[in-house]
Amino acid sequence: MIRFDNVSKVYPKQTRPALREVSLEVERGEFVFLVGSSGSGKSTFLRLVLREERASHGQVHVLGKDLARLSNWKVPQMRRQLGTVFQDFRLLPNKTVAENVAFAQEVIGKSRGEIRKSVPQVLDLVGLGGKEDRMPGELSGGEQQRVAIARAFVNRPKLLIADEPTGNLDPQTSVGIMKLLDRINRTGTTVVMATHDQNIVDQMRKRVIELEKGRLVRDQARGVYGYQH
Amino acid sequence: MRAQFVLSEIGVGLRRNLTMTFAVVVSVALSLALFGGSLLLRDQVSTMKGYWYDKVNVSVFLCNKSDAESDPNCAKGAVTTEQKKQIESDLDKMSVVESVTHESADEAYKHYKEQFGDSPLASSLTPDQMQESYRIKLKDPEKYQVIATAFDGRDGVQSVQDQKGILDNLFGLLNGMNWAALAVMALMLIVALMLIVNTVRVSAFSRRRETGIMRLVGASSFYIQMPFIMEAAVAGAIGGVVACVMLLVGRYFIIDHGLALSEKLNLINFIGWDAVLAKLPLVLAIGLLMPAMAAFFALRKYLKV
Repeated sequence: MIRFDNVSKVYPKQTRPALREVSLEVERGEFVFLVGSSGSGKSTFLRLVLREERASHGQVHVLGKDLARLSNWKVPQMRRQLGTVFQDFRLLPNKTVAENVAFAQEVIGKSRGEIRKSVPQVLDLVGLGGKEDRMPGELSGGEQQRVAIARAFVNRPKLLIADEPTGNLDPQTSVGIMKLLDRINRTGTTVVMATHDQNIVDQMRKRVIELEKGRLVRDQARGVYGYQH
Repeated sequence: MRAQFVLSEIGVGLRRNLTMTFAVVVSVALSLALFGGSLLLRDQVSTMKGYWYDKVNVSVFLCNKSDAESDPNCAKGAVTTEQKKQIESDLDKMSVVESVTHESADEAYKHYKEQFGDSPLASSLTPDQMQESYRIKLKDPEKYQVIATAFDGRDGVQSVQDQKGILDNLFGLLNGMNWAALAVMALMLIVALMLIVNTVRVSAFSRRRETGIMRLVGASSFYIQMPFIMEAAVAGAIGGVVACVMLLVGRYFIIDHGLALSEKLNLINFIGWDAVLAKLPLVLAIGLLMPAMAAFFALRKYLKV
């Protein structure tokens, strides 16, 4: 799914690299937590996977493709096989729940029939059946994040990237979101989730990758958040 | 709260866009109208130059029968064959002359028809009213006076005309106007392009949420950029249409009515509607394509895809 070979990333006008010689591999169907304090390189890691940035050194393979060799016009094709969820939900406020989810299919040219079939299905899956016509502003944070997850999952991606999906949510709501991500993981979708949430990581007992100042300092199957906590 | 904030933000962006769109339309319309106007001015000049303008420097007009009655220079009657022979041999001897062409009355009639077409003045003329002439090309165009002193007042010669001298002042003026129009057009064009770039920047900013999501779910860059390019193209097309209307109305008021130059200057042959209509597709196409291209290049800078 994801393979990093000796990857470093230095942003322009900065001397300290955001990632230093990171090598790791994520297999199909895995659930991986990416932990580390702010500025440790988590976001850079995810941006490299999404090919929002290119690696300065080393090779990044995602879904079997060398991203350095992927031409710009092929990037959209690659991203269609990826789902993304963010801390701030990134919903369109002037569209209903169903329209927000359908948006992800419309812009890649799915037929109206397909959209009409798959949107209610995925909304049921995330537990928002019956709220299709609500506006995002009328929903709670947890519900908004479910809409975002529905949108990320509606195209059945092979890989789901979640950047602190519970960062804006209270602990109880977070548990619900984690159950949902776990369910998605069980359908065979690989999930990579960056998080600060110690409780969640400790409860789930999944693989944990820890970054510190851009270096990979821990890669532990069935790990916990951190030794020092 | 959050949704409301974002909505008002988009509202502000759209309202700002509306005035900006208006500015784009006006500046595109003005620059294209000037562009079309300068093309038409060029047409007008070449229409006025007529058949001989670029070919000769001096014309020696000979008397014909009707001149014998009306023109004091021709009081001794129409030109005779002997007089013509004398003129030809004199011209041959003059060192400043490069070449001489004899234009018969019939040829003169034909050339006149070509230049003035079916204007009322032309249709009232007959070939025998036209003058025979010698069209002379000089080695040095400034030596016009040599020919004038040699032939002015001679029997059978009606007049000697410095062909270019008559029209050069007028053409100089028209040429100057043409350059001025082009210069103002260039400025307006730069203004229009900058406005388009700015409009694209504002709308890319106000729609960054949509475009960001589009990018994440894998919309092609074409799909993401299309609405912006369409916006610019539509504004430009409206500007192009306004420019076309300005050209048509301009010709109507300057030539036919209002200023009505065609009545005041009835010796000048003016460009017709067909010349104006022929420019409109070009004006429209530029109005449509130029802003779209500007938007496309602006997007490369302001919209990450």
